[in-house]
Amino acid sequence: MKVDTGDTAWIFISSALVMLMTPGLALFYGGMVRSKNVLGTIMQSFIALGVITIQWVLYGYSLAFGPDIGHVIGGLNWIGLRGVGLEPFPDYSATVPHQAFMIFQMMFAVITPALITGAIAERFKFKTYLVFLILWATFVYDPLAHWVWGVGGWIRNLGALDFAGGLVVHVSSGVAALAAALTVGKRKGYGDEPMPPHNLTMTLLGAALLWFGWFGFNGGSAVASGGLATNAFVVTHISTASAALSWMMVEWAYRGNPTVLGAASGAVAGLVAITPASGFVGPVSAILIGLAAGVACYFAINLKNRLGYDDSLDVVGVHGVGGTWGALATGLFASKAINPSGNDGLFFGNLSLVGIQALSVISAWIYSFTVTLIILKILDLTMGLRVSEEHEISGLDISQHGEAGYSF
Amino acid sequence: MKKIEAVIKPFKLDEVKNALTKIGIQGMTVTEVKGFGRQRGHTEVYRGAEYKIDFLPKIKIELITPEEMVLQVIETIERTSKTGKIGDGKIFVSPIDEVIRIRTGERGKDAI
Repeated sequence: MKVDTGDTAWIFISSALVMLMTPGLALFYGGMVRSKNVLGTIMQSFIALGVITIQWVLYGYSLAFGPDIGHVIGGLNWIGLRGVGLEPFPDYSATVPHQAFMIFQMMFAVITPALITGAIAERFKFKTYLVFLILWATFVYDPLAHWVWGVGGWIRNLGALDFAGGLVVHVSSGVAALAAALTVGKRKGYGDEPMPPHNLTMTLLGAALLWFGWFGFNGGSAVASGGLATNAFVVTHISTASAALSWMMVEWAYRGNPTVLGAASGAVAGLVAITPASGFVGPVSAILIGLAAGVACYFAINLKNRLGYDDSLDVVGVHGVGGTWGALATGLFASKAINPSGNDGLFFGNLSLVGIQALSVISAWIYSFTVTLIILKILDLTMGLRVSEEHEISGLDISQHGEAGYSF
Repeated sequence: MKKIEAVIKPFKLDEVKNALTKIGIQGMTVTEVKGFGRQRGHTEVYRGAEYKIDFLPKIKIELITPEEMVLQVIETIERTSKTGKIGDGKIFVSPIDEVIRIRTGERGKDAI
């Protein structure tokens, strides 16, 4: 196996692009909270770069991609990256050094638990959060990544298509967010006092960085530079643009204002929805997937206000619903004309793929929800999930980190 | 001597300041404030969550003036800050016992 320098260069760039998404997410979320919690919120994303990197090197990569055990988990053969070398590894990266593939995948493992923090914003204890990061990565992310992407994983064997992590990243974090919002409970004063975003310019910058980084997220998932990467890159952009427009329009129609937060949220919804489909669908399908994602996620976040749980920054509505739609849409719009190693979806004459996609979504929902709930219940009994009421009032910045985001 | 405090719409600040300078006012203090009167607040919607914002941003101008200029100052502020729509603000006038210029130690009208 010979290393292809072009492919390898693209995977390095992609890895760096996906790395930038986590600080992008930090700003996206940071702008939406009250100013007393801006650092606490940013830190929850940022520190995932520290914690998950170490976890991934020590055993996370091995659990996710190591030699299959019973179709559910990777073996610990690659603990400490033993045997994960500088030569290509045909199972995952035929033309790219195995370590390059490893670090590309590491960036996905980093951002996924960070996505959940939007549901527990402004009230979670930092010490508990660090433990939660490790447990969630170990018991939810790594197994799920193995099911969907690992050679021998049972969802992969079913023939389910998930190009860049609709299930592994977005459905898993979106559903975990629901479990977290229900277990952690509402913010003090939720529903009674206003909790408007404190800096939407920061949120828009974060959304733009996510959009930018997502080219690596989806484009890099081709694990090569060339036609398939081009397709993923192009449809990612198209879907995002479509969803930014459709969310803005539907909010304008229902609420009277074309909001910046709406356009930014729509863009993220479009990115989420195209993720599993990006290596299998064409440009016009991408427009339809994006338009529907903006509308569906807009109505999903409105539903939250009626159901009454405090998913503070709408992880369920955007990642849970957007990811679910994206996975199902892959079953509708996928085409072998785009990617011969994929499959045809419903609109290309193959009914069975929708069923497989639905089954994979339901499995990811049940698994992520149940295991997240168990992890949080255990942490609640041992360490406590929430900061004290006094600390919640004074804000996470001072109480958890001893700093203020803004000093005038 | 009187203190004149005017709470006005923020975008009117430059117009009011220029007009006051033109009639000979040499100094003022300006603060960004929030509050409400009969206008009350307004509603903002973030991702479907409605927030009633009671306190609206306003600008408060404070200046001290000798008795003989009070009416002219009030008239100038009224004229320049008025839009005729609800939320134009208010002017308060109160007596001032003493003014001291710290640098020179001057007192009273000379210190204004």
